[in-house]
Amino acid sequence: MPRYLSMIRVDEQNPPAEGPSPELMERMGALIEEMTKAGVMLDTAGLTPTSEGTRVTWSGGKISCTDGPFTESKEVIGGYSIVQAKDKAEAVEWTKRFLRTHEEFWTITVEVREIVAG
Amino acid sequence: MTAASPADPAKAAQADETAETTEIAATVETVFRIESARIIAGVARIVRDVGLAEELAQDALVTALERWPESGVPDNPGAWLMATAKHRAIDLVRRKETYARKLAEVGRALEDISPPDPADLARTAEDIDDDLLRLIFTACHPVLSTQARVALTLRLLGGLTTEEIARAFLVPEPTVAQRIVRAKRTLAQADVPFEVPYGDDRNARLSSVLEVIYLVFNEGYSATTGDDLVRPALCEDALRLARVLAGLLPQEPEVHGLAALLEFQSSRIAARTGPGGEPVLLADQNRTKWNRLLIRRGVEALQRAGHGPYSLQAAIAACHARAIRYEDTDWTAIAALYGRLMALAPSPVVELNRAVAVAMAEGPAAGLKLVEALAEEPALKDYHLLPSVRGDLLERLGRHEEARAEFARAAALTRNARERALLLERSSG
Repeated sequence: MPRYLSMIRVDEQNPPAEGPSPELMERMGALIEEMTKAGVMLDTAGLTPTSEGTRVTWSGGKISCTDGPFTESKEVIGGYSIVQAKDKAEAVEWTKRFLRTHEEFWTITVEVREIVAG
Repeated sequence: MTAASPADPAKAAQADETAETTEIAATVETVFRIESARIIAGVARIVRDVGLAEELAQDALVTALERWPESGVPDNPGAWLMATAKHRAIDLVRRKETYARKLAEVGRALEDISPPDPADLARTAEDIDDDLLRLIFTACHPVLSTQARVALTLRLLGGLTTEEIARAFLVPEPTVAQRIVRAKRTLAQADVPFEVPYGDDRNARLSSVLEVIYLVFNEGYSATTGDDLVRPALCEDALRLARVLAGLLPQEPEVHGLAALLEFQSSRIAARTGPGGEPVLLADQNRTKWNRLLIRRGVEALQRAGHGPYSLQAAIAACHARAIRYEDTDWTAIAALYGRLMALAPSPVVELNRAVAVAMAEGPAAGLKLVEALAEEPALKDYHLLPSVRGDLLERLGRHEEARAEFARAAALTRNARERALLLERSSG
């Protein structure tokens, strides 16, 4: 039963003005609880804005650091989850359910990637 | 369609339609796999028969495969399947007049047939949890043989096919199919109530559930050094069941103990085999390969565990997990925990493990004394780890000749080919 890392990509420049609604948080909470109880959700969390992040690069034998925000990327990772599922189709199905908890004015892309075992 | 083929709109449309139908069929199957345990549990509450419940759940799957390609996938596919299966169940119960007296109960079930109202979600979720618990306790009912409990639990709750179960347990598929059919019949004939046990026998019944999950895990764990990948997958099936049970019975410390134990054991799987698939002993494992996420989950579960046998084993596993290097292992704590386990659930295998820990904490001579006391133990007569441990301790005491003889004895007893190779190597010095 492989594990998958889902990276939740959001458009940081144009977030919905009022932020996540209480109803959204409630629906999401219920889904996360359901996934945890189903033995699927292993770990999930949101991330602080890229304005608080730093990119550390190794190139040409030199280290360089760039502080956020990272405005050149249209979408940045705003959260992640690690799930365990029988196959990718199952992980994708749970991802669809996660996305459906959001109102229609949201634009979110979740990238589902299998974690290399071992 | 290849780029070179002449454009044919009709053909293209047909190809699109076929692709879409295939995609929808795949979605139906995936949703069903995710939901099947809950659907079977919800239907079983209505028809009071797990065999029949499984058939009705399958019927709902077939209906979805027929309808969704035309109507599209509903927004809440799981609820659709559940409602469809429950409608079938209620129709069936109504048609059977003998069930007339159950109609009163069914009337209550009718209320949650329509897709759930968000306001009802909390109540519905609790209902589903309760149904799932009933299904688990029924599948692990003592009226069934251990083999039947394992097969039925994996089939109904783990969502494994009979073929997967057969391969995992190295038995022919018809044997497993028979086992499941007979188990369902036994439950029906014994008139086993579809309920969560309370009162006096609850603890015994819970032990039975924990034992089934533990057995499934060990079946997979013992095979992780084999060459078949289906069997090790049992570890994950068992771990998922343990996590589900911990979510359903958060007040039961021993459930968290089992979950913690399996999280810790699972965290080491990747490190237990070398590049050629050969087993790697705990002392030699590359600990950077231990899965930190699973260790963390194990630690969290252990905080909610109790003092029962699974919780104690989890505490022992935690001692290993906490040691960044093998040299850092707190063997004194491990030996003490094995002592507590011996007092609670004495067994020669536990005593052998205690001997190993004592040898590490106090030296090989102290450990060997405990191992010698087990020499005549009938339960360990064919247990390869007894001579294997004895060989280890003799070697550490510099008694190489005797050690080699023990390794040869252990090699003759083990059923795992790779382990045998390792022991033969040690027996030849």
